[in-house]
Amino acid sequence: MQYPRAATSLRLEDMLRRSLWLLALVVVEVPLVLLSALVLLGSFTVGLVPFFPPCVALVRRVTRRTRKLMGIAAPYHPQPPPPVPQADGWYRSDRTLYKTPRIPAWNDRWKWLFGDPATWRDFLWLLLDPVVKLVLAVPLLVLPGHAQRVYGYWAALLLGPTAKSELAGQVRKLSESRTLTVDSQAAEMRRIERDLHDGVQARLVALGMTLGAVEELVGTDPAAAVALLAKAREASAETLVELRGVVRGIHPPVLAERGLGDAVKALALDSPLRTNVEVDLPVRLQTPVETALYFAISELLSNAAKHSGADNVIVDISHTERDVAVMVWDDGGGGADPSRGSGLDGIERRLAAFDGVLALSSPQGGPTTVAMSVPKVLPEEYGKKKNPMPRWQAAVVVFCWSLSWLPLFPQGLVAGVFKTIGFEHRSWFLALYLPDFWQWPAIVGMVSLGMLMYGVALYLPMRHSRERWIAEASPRRPWFSRC
Amino acid sequence: MLNRVLIAEDLYLLREGLVHLLQAHGFTVVAAVDDGPSLERALIELRPDVSVVDVRLPPTFTDEGLQAALSARKQIPGLPILVLSQHVEQLYARELLADGSGAVGYLLKDRVFNASQFVDAVRRVAEGGTAMDPEVIAKLLASNARHEPLGRLTPREREVLGAMAEGRSNAAIAQRLHLSESAVAKHTAAIFTKLDLAPSDDDNRRVLAVLAYLNAARR
Repeated sequence: MQYPRAATSLRLEDMLRRSLWLLALVVVEVPLVLLSALVLLGSFTVGLVPFFPPCVALVRRVTRRTRKLMGIAAPYHPQPPPPVPQADGWYRSDRTLYKTPRIPAWNDRWKWLFGDPATWRDFLWLLLDPVVKLVLAVPLLVLPGHAQRVYGYWAALLLGPTAKSELAGQVRKLSESRTLTVDSQAAEMRRIERDLHDGVQARLVALGMTLGAVEELVGTDPAAAVALLAKAREASAETLVELRGVVRGIHPPVLAERGLGDAVKALALDSPLRTNVEVDLPVRLQTPVETALYFAISELLSNAAKHSGADNVIVDISHTERDVAVMVWDDGGGGADPSRGSGLDGIERRLAAFDGVLALSSPQGGPTTVAMSVPKVLPEEYGKKKNPMPRWQAAVVVFCWSLSWLPLFPQGLVAGVFKTIGFEHRSWFLALYLPDFWQWPAIVGMVSLGMLMYGVALYLPMRHSRERWIAEASPRRPWFSRC
Repeated sequence: MLNRVLIAEDLYLLREGLVHLLQAHGFTVVAAVDDGPSLERALIELRPDVSVVDVRLPPTFTDEGLQAALSARKQIPGLPILVLSQHVEQLYARELLADGSGAVGYLLKDRVFNASQFVDAVRRVAEGGTAMDPEVIAKLLASNARHEPLGRLTPREREVLGAMAEGRSNAAIAQRLHLSESAVAKHTAAIFTKLDLAPSDDDNRRVLAVLAYLNAARR
């Protein structure tokens, strides 16, 4: 679940303005509740379905406005693409064919709106929101900061994306990037195949023919045969040069031998620009990530050399915890436009396979900065340092967990039961040895003490690290024993 | 006579080919090894007059050969080593040249095809000279070409500079560029003046000066 952004960071008048906006929306919400009730009733009883999509659209306008005010992400499924005609020009929707795209489009839209749980959560929110606002109306105006925080929780509860819809979004993104990856891999293979076929293979054929000619000539005209042999040797050397080029395009040798840092340094040395390379990587990255970043940097350097008119380039490869960031800066003329078919979208696609992203800043007149970041590519041990609890706190937690049963059960509850039924035997229940007047207060005190100790045992770890406490709320081992 | 040679190459055919080639040209092969650790040991123990080393060797097939060569040269400065590779990189060339003691070579494997030139390069390295692949030199020159003062050289002077950086003597340059030796001497003098280098008659020191210059140009 996503929480609203901190309301307290805004200025008072901004917060008041937001409160007024929220309250003003009630004016729209109340009629909309009535309208929605009518439309839903009509849709499910007398088949007024044509009114359903426009009604949902109206509701979504109100919820969108609220989400924008409270800083909540939208949870909806993506809009269906427009229907595509079949080869015969007809449009298919399920098992029916249509001449025009109107009905299939409507069907898709209906399914999209009707099938999305967010639509129904929106309706529920709409129904209850006026009540919530009625309760919060005064606090919203008097203590806007706190009231808005409370309202934010309420709004996020129904308007925010659920864990399920977030997962669905992620799956969608992953399958998109997988398709892109497979596509670009196939294109790469085709390019390599073409390079080998047109270059190396053709040269080898020529070499074979030359050697065949030598074979024929060697008896009759040795001098010509020797000349041809020299040619053949030259041709084989050229083939090797070509093959080296192909290999470089698949997996550059320095990258294989030394890893990203030195491979980028080698690139920098070959570049005609003054290139400074800073590398801070504790270990070698995995080969696919390394290769993607290498080709990205290579592309950016050649862009800088070709188009920017830069003299100086800085490449900085660094890491924060497990994420790797690459920055490429040049002092050229700027004005790089990713939409005009530079290699940038190719780089973006390559990085997307690893959840990487690219950002470009290239104002007219320069300088140009490209920042790339790939999350979670370094091994686990470079992740966040685990921060163990202070020893005394751990001791308190152990003490509370191990002894809180003692006041709560035998000394508290059991003693209370004995006292109630008037059991004579006092055994080791301390409270029963006290004067009669003090017996009940002692029993209640023992029960409270036991509950307090449980409370402390739960509270201390939670205060130490909320994230970890939630992640390990069902401990398999005592929480404090791992550090 | 400096003719005790060590060979490190993991491909059997190429290793045997190199052994035969060098034996046929009067070298004695003291060892032919096929992986990184044994290369490092052999370099230190046998101290060959010259070693021909492949960059990629088992066990990891990354740059064992180069690493072994660099660490051996750290222990025995100026130990002559000629590194062979399927590809040449300025980065590796710089690492080999960094200690400034010469007696290094860095060539593409293809250069083995031309036996006489290859043997010539091995001899040059054995005698304390350098043998840099024309491709590395071309890259070094190209990436510096836009910057001063390399831009001030005439095309002919740049050709001479390239040949010189590969490690060739005046006579060899004259032969390759079809010039008279005195013309080459004039060109080299002009180059040295333009690059602010102290002129020297010793081929090796001259080459090292040029390489150090190219190396330092952008760092």
